[in-house]
Amino acid sequence: MLVNEKIAIEHGLKSDEYKKICQLLKRTPNITELGIFSAMWNEHCSYKSSRKHLKNLHTQGKRVIQGPGENAGVIDVDDEDAIVFKIESHNHPSFIEPYQGAATGVGGIMRDVFTMGARPIANLNSIHFGSTQHKKTKNLLRGVVKGIGGYGNCIGVPTIGGQTCFDESYNGNILVNAMTLGLVNKKKIFYSKAAGIGKPVIYVGSKTGRDGIHGASMASAVFDDKIEEKKPTVQVGDPFTEKLLLEACLELMADDSIISIQDMGAAGLTSSSIEMASKGKLGIELDLSKVPCREEKMTPYEIMLSESQERMLIVLENGKEENAKKIFDKWDLDFAVIGKTTTSKKIELYFDSKKVADIPIDFLAEDAPEYDRKWKKTKLPQKIKFKKENFKSLKINNCLIKLLSNPNICEKKWIWNQYDHTVMGDTIQKPGGDAGVVRIHGTEKAVAASVDSSATYCFAHPLTGGKQVVCESWRNLISVGAEPIAITNCLNFGNPEKEKNMGEFVECVQGISEACKYLDFPVVSGNVSFYNETKDKGIKPTPSIGGVGLLKNYKNILTMDLKNEGNVILAIGKTEGHIDQSVFARSILNEKKGPPPEINLFNEKNNGSTVMKLMKEKLILSCRDVSLGGILIAIAKMCIKGKKGVKLNKLKSLINKFEFFFSEDQGRYIIEVSKKNLKKVENILKENSVHFDNLGEVQKDNYINIDSEKISVDELSKHNKNWLMEYMAQ
Amino acid sequence: MKSAVIIFPGSNCDRDMDVALKKFGFKNEMVWHDDEQLPKSDLIVLPGGFSYGDYLRCGSIAGKSKIIKSVIDFAAKGGLVLGICNGFQILTETGLLPGVLQQNKNIEFICKNVFVKVNNKNNKYFNSIDKDVLELHIAHNEGNYFCTNDELKMLKDNNLIAVSYCNEKGEVNEKSNPNGALQNIAGIFNKEKNILGMMPHPERMIDKYLSGEDGSIFFKNLINNIK
Repeated sequence: MLVNEKIAIEHGLKSDEYKKICQLLKRTPNITELGIFSAMWNEHCSYKSSRKHLKNLHTQGKRVIQGPGENAGVIDVDDEDAIVFKIESHNHPSFIEPYQGAATGVGGIMRDVFTMGARPIANLNSIHFGSTQHKKTKNLLRGVVKGIGGYGNCIGVPTIGGQTCFDESYNGNILVNAMTLGLVNKKKIFYSKAAGIGKPVIYVGSKTGRDGIHGASMASAVFDDKIEEKKPTVQVGDPFTEKLLLEACLELMADDSIISIQDMGAAGLTSSSIEMASKGKLGIELDLSKVPCREEKMTPYEIMLSESQERMLIVLENGKEENAKKIFDKWDLDFAVIGKTTTSKKIELYFDSKKVADIPIDFLAEDAPEYDRKWKKTKLPQKIKFKKENFKSLKINNCLIKLLSNPNICEKKWIWNQYDHTVMGDTIQKPGGDAGVVRIHGTEKAVAASVDSSATYCFAHPLTGGKQVVCESWRNLISVGAEPIAITNCLNFGNPEKEKNMGEFVECVQGISEACKYLDFPVVSGNVSFYNETKDKGIKPTPSIGGVGLLKNYKNILTMDLKNEGNVILAIGKTEGHIDQSVFARSILNEKKGPPPEINLFNEKNNGSTVMKLMKEKLILSCRDVSLGGILIAIAKMCIKGKKGVKLNKLKSLINKFEFFFSEDQGRYIIEVSKKNLKKVENILKENSVHFDNLGEVQKDNYINIDSEKISVDELSKHNKNWLMEYMAQ
Repeated sequence: MKSAVIIFPGSNCDRDMDVALKKFGFKNEMVWHDDEQLPKSDLIVLPGGFSYGDYLRCGSIAGKSKIIKSVIDFAAKGGLVLGICNGFQILTETGLLPGVLQQNKNIEFICKNVFVKVNNKNNKYFNSIDKDVLELHIAHNEGNYFCTNDELKMLKDNNLIAVSYCNEKGEVNEKSNPNGALQNIAGIFNKEKNILGMMPHPERMIDKYLSGEDGSIFFKNLINNIK
């Protein structure tokens, strides 16, 4: 087939991008070459709209072993141990085919982690769906949850946490972000950079089929009416093969035969081979006739662009082929030597002894387009002046019930009961806590992980929202007793060619960066998903932050369930009564405008560090951070989990009780402290200039007492637990 | 005491079982599905997971694997064979235990703690366990036990229903049935009671910081009974 501009545009390239390709090559590319360019130059692989801004992220830290740019980030967790982790989006495919889309998202992120030599030890996810009233939501939710479970359960990696949100902005574009943590010996980390000349390039794993061709290009475009036609671009996963691939790779990694290894994810063989060569500043030569194919008569074009799952590309030391093959034979996986590294700094492809592509690697990687797209700042919205009448007819009890059964606050047991969260025998904190916690196998240490997003805040003011998500993640880790270490981010946004969307991206990234720097909480990996837009309607800006922290001894884990009657409940951090953009304002007062709560990074850090100090002194008995719904929702959840009640003191605050209890001011925690230790705790808080309020006492009877109102915890628990189950059963 | 855990391609609770067995004093060895010989053992365990991807039917391909012949011989000589979750499914596929495990009634994977009632203590697995009700953990998509009327009668007449799903108080009723299993059956013996297949995972309940410790009771008791 002769290539022309029209065909290039059908491949998602812009007219001037095509011209640049012809200029670089000094000729017209053939169809295979065009396919390769389109795969490498699309947004998903090239980060052409985001690269400029991602450079500003804070990526350094004393525990960082590997920052962004590899298959995943790596952090030091003492002794010989390191944690490899990353979050990645699989949004577009999951909307088209929820089960396979979500399943292969999980499969892909796990491969990114075990490619580096780490055994996956925990999965998490952040999933966003349209309004609960939207006709597609229920099926999409059901399919995505089944897909995530179907893949993770089969491999035998526990899914220990996650986040589920509903908002009408996702009606036409759901988000499926999957995160994996793996454990590796610090000295046995594998990287994707190829080295050495004439080294064999090995293909292992499943056979290549026609599935997923142009998957990465699809993820780089907006949806229109014809999305059903894109079903064939969704890959089909086989977790069983991935389990075999995982075991085989880890077995091969036990000795030193691997020089570099890269999973075939987005843009399959194309991006994996080019990335290896590019990082090693080498050339690569492949004979595509040797690639194991599942279907007949596959063309070089199809082989290079297939996104069939469960495949890896390995550069081996010479002479190690036979031993490596034995391992893959044992696990019943394909193994083929398909090429070698060269000095040419080109990718040279052969098929049936004919040369079918010849492109300098730099053209595909370093010379890929980079855009400085125009963007618009979002002004901080005016604060809403709430009047007395707004609160007049409200009752705390009714508000509590309404908020606890809000789709974004209610318990998500329906979801996580479908995920195996206990396999591998190290899960200390199951889903449903502030963060999931898994023990580092065979040690006293444990890692905590959580995933957070707050699109509502990011939409109202991206800069504040970006900071807030990082802070929320930091707080969630502290709340289970962990020292926060680093984050991975999945940046889900609309169409970057629109100034507003691009502005949301730029300012969220700026906010993330500021908070990360201040909290010494660096970004070590992540991905960007643009074009989450259907028929001109984009999603709210949704950066998902996956945070990871360390517990030196898992026995010191903190949980949120209230422990004993008579203990005192303190709110750490100042409650200003900011209800704009809170769930309370949005769902009870029906007010959707206003600025998000302000982030004061000094207070955030000071409050968090002081809470950590109290923990080290073993002064905290239970803990929860204050997030959606405010103080009273946090307390209600602590009551529900602990099957206890509380008697709350009369408020001394200047703001009204609704503002006090339901505002979403940041940097706050609720802690339970024994009376015996109260003085000591108060002194430490005062010494560190941390504001706190003594809220009341834990009591045995199962009620929340506020003034004259007596609210049954059992009743609240029922509403909190039942909402999602009833919704899904309808 | 010696034990062996068989690894099929797709097994994923093999390591957990190895950890549990060793914790309570077994000298455990891992055996690859493609081997023909079992090591000399007092106990053979078929672990949980998705053997051969659970393609065709859960456990069906594993039921035809090379090592299984030796397991059948071992069992025929009275050797103890324990199948947990996928292991239970494999045991029914080999015919060592009657019945089948169908997809859960709610057609969803279920992962949670459950209570089971120990129905028969006159065997190596549950002899001298004080408790009548154990809190264990399930994680499966196909745990809905079913068998013919004749088979059920045989199981009942011989007191071979090892454990039944129940509530905290030991009441066996529909509410305490997580997956639709016939008569709340969570695990069964063969006639000689040397083979036990059950869906719940005792190996996930061996630490108070994790799900709980009733699995510890099971393993401690098992090794004492073998000694």
